[in-house]
Amino acid sequence: MSTKVKKITAKKVATILGAYFIAWIFVYPYINMFLTSVRTHEELYATPSTHFPQVWQWRNYIDVWDNAPIASFLKSSLIVSVSATILVLIVSLPAAYFTARYRFRMRGPFLLLVLATQMFSPTALIIGIFREVDFFKLLDSYLALIILNAGFNLAFSIWLLSGFFSSIPVEIEEAALIDGCTRIQALRRVTLPIALPGLVTAVIFTFVAAWNEFTIALTIMSSVDKKPIPVGITQFIGQYDVAWEYLFSATMIAIVPVVILFIMIEKYLVGGLTAGSVK
Amino acid sequence: MLKNSAAKRPKKLKVSHNVSFLSALPWIGPALVLILLVVIWPVIELIRTSFTDISLAGSLLDFNGLANYRDLLANTDLYPVVRRTLLWVFGIVFFTVLLSLPLAQLINQNFPGRKYVRWAMIFPWAASVVMTSMIWTWILDAYSGELNLTLTQLGLISEPVDWVNNPGSSFYFLMWVAVFVSVPFTTFVLLAGLQSIPADIVEAASVDGATHWQIYRRIKFPLLRNSLLIASIINIINVFNSFPIIWVMTRGGPGYETDTTTTFAYKLAFIESNMGQSTALGVFNFMIIMVIVGFYLRVTKATRTEL
Repeated sequence: MSTKVKKITAKKVATILGAYFIAWIFVYPYINMFLTSVRTHEELYATPSTHFPQVWQWRNYIDVWDNAPIASFLKSSLIVSVSATILVLIVSLPAAYFTARYRFRMRGPFLLLVLATQMFSPTALIIGIFREVDFFKLLDSYLALIILNAGFNLAFSIWLLSGFFSSIPVEIEEAALIDGCTRIQALRRVTLPIALPGLVTAVIFTFVAAWNEFTIALTIMSSVDKKPIPVGITQFIGQYDVAWEYLFSATMIAIVPVVILFIMIEKYLVGGLTAGSVK
Repeated sequence: MLKNSAAKRPKKLKVSHNVSFLSALPWIGPALVLILLVVIWPVIELIRTSFTDISLAGSLLDFNGLANYRDLLANTDLYPVVRRTLLWVFGIVFFTVLLSLPLAQLINQNFPGRKYVRWAMIFPWAASVVMTSMIWTWILDAYSGELNLTLTQLGLISEPVDWVNNPGSSFYFLMWVAVFVSVPFTTFVLLAGLQSIPADIVEAASVDGATHWQIYRRIKFPLLRNSLLIASIINIINVFNSFPIIWVMTRGGPGYETDTTTTFAYKLAFIESNMGQSTALGVFNFMIIMVIVGFYLRVTKATRTEL
C-alpha cells in the first residue's frame, strides 16, 4: 500500500516538473528578451557574454523613446488596432445576430464564405491588395490599413458571436419584447449583456491580431511615422551595430499588454479560431 | 460551437422566422461588402494581373495570356524553393502535432500551477511573430547569443557557430521558430478535444482494467481524431502562408536558400520588381490554399450544427 502511494507521488512530481520545464521553454525567449532589454550596449557585444546583465540598465526603457520613434510606432499601432476593432464590431454584430436568430436563403453560403475568408491570409493576396489600395489612392494611409485589418479578422468575430447568440434562448428576448421593449432595446439590454464574454473575446482577439499584423503594413505603409510597431522596429535590424537593447525594450512594451489580454480570453479562443468545428 | 455555449443551448434550437434574403441584407450587408472589398477584390485583381504584362504600380494592362506562367515555370530558381516549401509545411506541421499531443495530455492533468503553465504557453501565441523571430535571432547569434554561450560552457562547442546564417543549419532553425509559435494553438485545440471526452467512458475503461496507455490509444486518441484533423489543416494553411519568420531572420537568403513559395513570391514582386512571375506564383499559392480550405470545409461540415 505504502509503495503504491509513493509511486503515485513520484509520478505526480514528474508530471509537475515536466510541465514547469515546458512552461519555461515557452517563456524563456521572452525572459531572454527582457534580460537583453536591460543591458548596456557595450555589454551586448562583450566577449565572453553572460547569462545575466552585469549592470541592470533600467534607463533603456526611458531612453528608447528618444532613440527610436517608438511613440509614433505605438500611436500608429493604437490608431489602426482600435479602429479596426470598432469596425469589426460594427460589422460583425448584426451579421452574427441575424445568422444566429433567423433562417434565410443564402445563409449557408454566407457563413461558408465567412469561414473561407478566415483561411485566406493577406500574404498570398498581397499583390492584389497592393494594387487595390493603389487603385483607391490609399497607399500609406491609416484608412486602408484599418479596413484591411478589419476585413481579414471579421470571420473570427462573426463565427464566435454567432455561436454565443445561438446559445441564448429566444424566449428571453421575446419576454423583453412583451414587456414593451423594441427589438433594438431587447438586443441592447438583454441579449448583448449575456453575450458579453463573446464580445470581449472578439474585441481582444481582433485588437491583438491587428496589433501584430505585419505583411500588409510592411507593404503599403511607407512613411516612418505611420508604421505600426512590428514594421517600425524591423528597421533596427540590418543596421550596423544593431541596438538590441532598445529593440527589445520596444518589443517588451508591445508584447506584455497583448499577452495579458490573451490570457484573459484563453478559454474562448479555440472556439473562435476553429470556427464551429471543435465541440 | 463552444463547449460552454453548447452546454447551455436548449435541446432544440428555436429559430424565430424564416425570412427572405432581402430582409437579411441590412444585417449581413456590411459584412458582405467588407469581405468583397478586402478579400474578394484582391483575389480577382491578383488573377487578372497574372495574365497581363505590368509593373507593380503600372496602370496599363496588356493582356499577355500565359506568358507570366511560362516565365515562372522556366525560372530555375523556383524548383528548389518548391521542394523547400514542402519540407517547410510538412516538417513543421508534423513536429508541431507530435509535440502538441503529449503536451495537451500533460496540461489536461490536474496539478498545482497548471494555470501558470497554460499562461506560459500563451506567450508565443499572443506575441507578434515578428518580435518572437527577432528574439530567436538574438538567442541564436553566433557571438552574443544565449545558445552558443550555454553550449560553450557545457563544452559542446569550442568556437561560435552562426546557426542562422550557416547554410547547413539555417532553414532548420527557421523551422524550429515556426514550430515554437505553432505548438501553443495546436495544444489548446487538442486540449479542448480532450476535455470534450466524457469522463465516464474513461472511468469505465479504467474499471475494466485498461492501462493509461491503452485508454489513450484505444479511447482518447480515436476521439481526438477530429480535433487533430482540424488543427493540422489550420496549421498547414498558417505555415504555408507564414511570412514574418523567414523575412525577419534571413529574408529568404542567402540568395533563395531559405525561401518558401510565399516569401519567394513577395521577393519577386517587391524586391526584384518581377511582377509577372510573382503574380503567377501568387495565383499558384492561392490555388493551393483554396484546395486546403475546401478540404477544411468538408471536414468541418460533418460536425457543424449551425449550417
